[in-house]
Amino acid sequence: MTFLNSLELLAFHNVAYSIYSALIIAVIAWFGYNLTRTEVAKPLVRIPFYGFIAFLVVAGVGHHIFTYNVVPWVAEDIMRSQIKPDKTYKVVVAQHKFQLPSEKLVLNCGEKVLFDVESKDLVYGFGLFRKNKTMVTQMQVNPGSKNTLLWTFHDDGVFDLMSTEYSGPRGNNMIVKDIIEVRDCKDKIAMNGGSK
Amino acid sequence: MSFMSDLIHGADNKFDHTSLNALQKVTLRAVVVAFLFYGLAAVEGMIMRMASITPSIPPVNGSVDHYFAIMTVHPIVGIFGSTYQLVFGAFLFLIPFLTKKPLYSIKLANAVWLLITIGTITSWLASFIYNYAPLYTLYWPLPADTTQFKAIGGVMFIVGVALIMVGTLGFIYNVYATVFSKIGVHKDKTTKELLISGFGIDGMLNLYRKLTGRQPYSKEPALSLPVVAIFRGTVDTFLDALVILSAGVLVLVFLLADMGGIKLDVASVDALLYKNWFWWGLDLVADGLVLIYVAGAWYLLATLITGQKLFMENVARAALMLELLVSWMVWSHHLLADQGQPEMMKLISGEMVTAFELLTQGLALFITLVTLWKARPLKMTMELKYLLGGLIGFGLAVPAGIIQADMAMNRVLHNTQWIIGAHVHIAIIVGLYMTLYSVVYVLWPLVTNNAKLWSSKLANAHFWLHLVGGIGMGAFMGMAGLDGMLRRHLYFDGEYNYYMILAGICGGMLLLAWLLFLFNVIMSVGLKGLIGIFLPSHNKEASYGIEPSKA
Repeated sequence: MTFLNSLELLAFHNVAYSIYSALIIAVIAWFGYNLTRTEVAKPLVRIPFYGFIAFLVVAGVGHHIFTYNVVPWVAEDIMRSQIKPDKTYKVVVAQHKFQLPSEKLVLNCGEKVLFDVESKDLVYGFGLFRKNKTMVTQMQVNPGSKNTLLWTFHDDGVFDLMSTEYSGPRGNNMIVKDIIEVRDCKDKIAMNGGSK
Repeated sequence: MSFMSDLIHGADNKFDHTSLNALQKVTLRAVVVAFLFYGLAAVEGMIMRMASITPSIPPVNGSVDHYFAIMTVHPIVGIFGSTYQLVFGAFLFLIPFLTKKPLYSIKLANAVWLLITIGTITSWLASFIYNYAPLYTLYWPLPADTTQFKAIGGVMFIVGVALIMVGTLGFIYNVYATVFSKIGVHKDKTTKELLISGFGIDGMLNLYRKLTGRQPYSKEPALSLPVVAIFRGTVDTFLDALVILSAGVLVLVFLLADMGGIKLDVASVDALLYKNWFWWGLDLVADGLVLIYVAGAWYLLATLITGQKLFMENVARAALMLELLVSWMVWSHHLLADQGQPEMMKLISGEMVTAFELLTQGLALFITLVTLWKARPLKMTMELKYLLGGLIGFGLAVPAGIIQADMAMNRVLHNTQWIIGAHVHIAIIVGLYMTLYSVVYVLWPLVTNNAKLWSSKLANAHFWLHLVGGIGMGAFMGMAGLDGMLRRHLYFDGEYNYYMILAGICGGMLLLAWLLFLFNVIMSVGLKGLIGIFLPSHNKEASYGIEPSKA
């Protein structure tokens, strides 16, 4: 199992969390109902205390191990200083404007791209979005810090750039349309809708 | 009784404000103001919900300056003006009630609610008049950006927050001075014994001794478990107040210099280091204060509702100590998208230690449920209903936060509506507020001298509207977040209208729920009673439930 993009990961997450939500509401409701009854309720399953504690530990730590193994951008992100990118784009942000190396950044499928973004004044965000507004990836852009994001695109598509961090009311217009185009992928999922 | 009679004198004329002592009055003052601020926060929330659907709708009128000014004061009013006041008011009553000792100072307790109220209004006015809008995160150097905001607005905002923090320190001093006063039942206790109990160390020692087959360290701990939770929570509240005050001083220095015509270099403060410092403090509110105070409130409610001892009390005490350490080391989960943050800190603090919050909160939920279960059959009272609602809230919100505190998920969820909807709003509105409503219903007969609740039907309508509205709003905001909607952006083209309309309907339910609650309370205590709460008390007693001579 591998989630190559945010749409696949978030679709899985949506289903898993919805099931969990229904379950926890049902469990508390079952508890509430049976708290008022004189007859002894028979639980469907009996979970010993230490089993419950073990479950919490496994769930808390296990989901990080799970995502590390099924989401490729985690390992890439941690090791990015040791990975040689196929392309590097230097971006400067100042006075609520992105200064990009060219009007359109064209990438081939599967290329590792390093976005090296520098802020000259405020804290901004660097987020890439599909045309249907779903998010591809993002990072925070702090002034005075090295802000690099290594990313591999697995789907064809044209993407917009948007600041994902609030930098005052003027930052609301920080959108650059159609800045990235990815070509030659078999999969066209990036152009499909999310859950919308 | 007639409608008008109830409106003026309270339900069946049962509420007599002249019968209240000083402790009861100061508690009620804080609670009344807290619920008024809650209403203001709810109205602000609805304005933002409506603007998220149609930005041109009044009063926002398509102005991003106005929209973000509202967004800036919304948490100040909601968290400090309302939640802090409500929690502080309840705890300043509960500490004397549970320790059987008088409150250290009624004057200080009055100063606390006044300072927080004045501070909240001052900050609110700064954003209302000057559109000062750096948001509650105050990411450096935005709060000192005088090209976007007027310096006077910033100064006013920071002074307001500083007043709130001074009030907070006053509350903490009052709690410590009461807990550590060696009078009444603590006449023969040493400070060391009280400190060991306050930190939950006696629970840990009892567990250790049990495992090694020895006699318990303490059969009767010096402090009851809810008092331990309050004490533990105030440690984080204290540290948080210091951090926020220090950030305020920094911002103030730059703004005052600007007003004096001196341009200080904002780059002299490292933005990422500041972010770490600020989040370390701010997270003590979310992960220390909220989770610990809530766990303590659950334990108290479970024991008061059942009239029985808490299940696994030593484990609960030890867990409070564990949460102390956990809450100090989790702040990096807010910086998983900051690439300058060391990867080790993201992994250890941001992911692994944060995951322990699932354990501490899961443990609190388990202990509360088993305590209730062992006492069944129970009557489904309002306090029990709200307690169960609170458990649902945190049962939903804590895992939603833990899920995002993950390097894979954070990359695509950071700063989206997921975190503010599915995690924050469900935690606060459903988890925290339903727990606090339960506390209100438990304390109601104690602080009002058995005033009659005007309508149970209204109380039930409030419960269901609040529960469904709270979960629904958080859920629809969360779904929008999964589809990429940012939490701090005003969308003008109806990009997420499907979710925003549904979230708006649920937000409307929340606002209606508050109106029903407010109406029910007014009808219960009457307008005369409501005003009377704020009049001086003839009975200067600063305790409840003990003979004055023993105090």
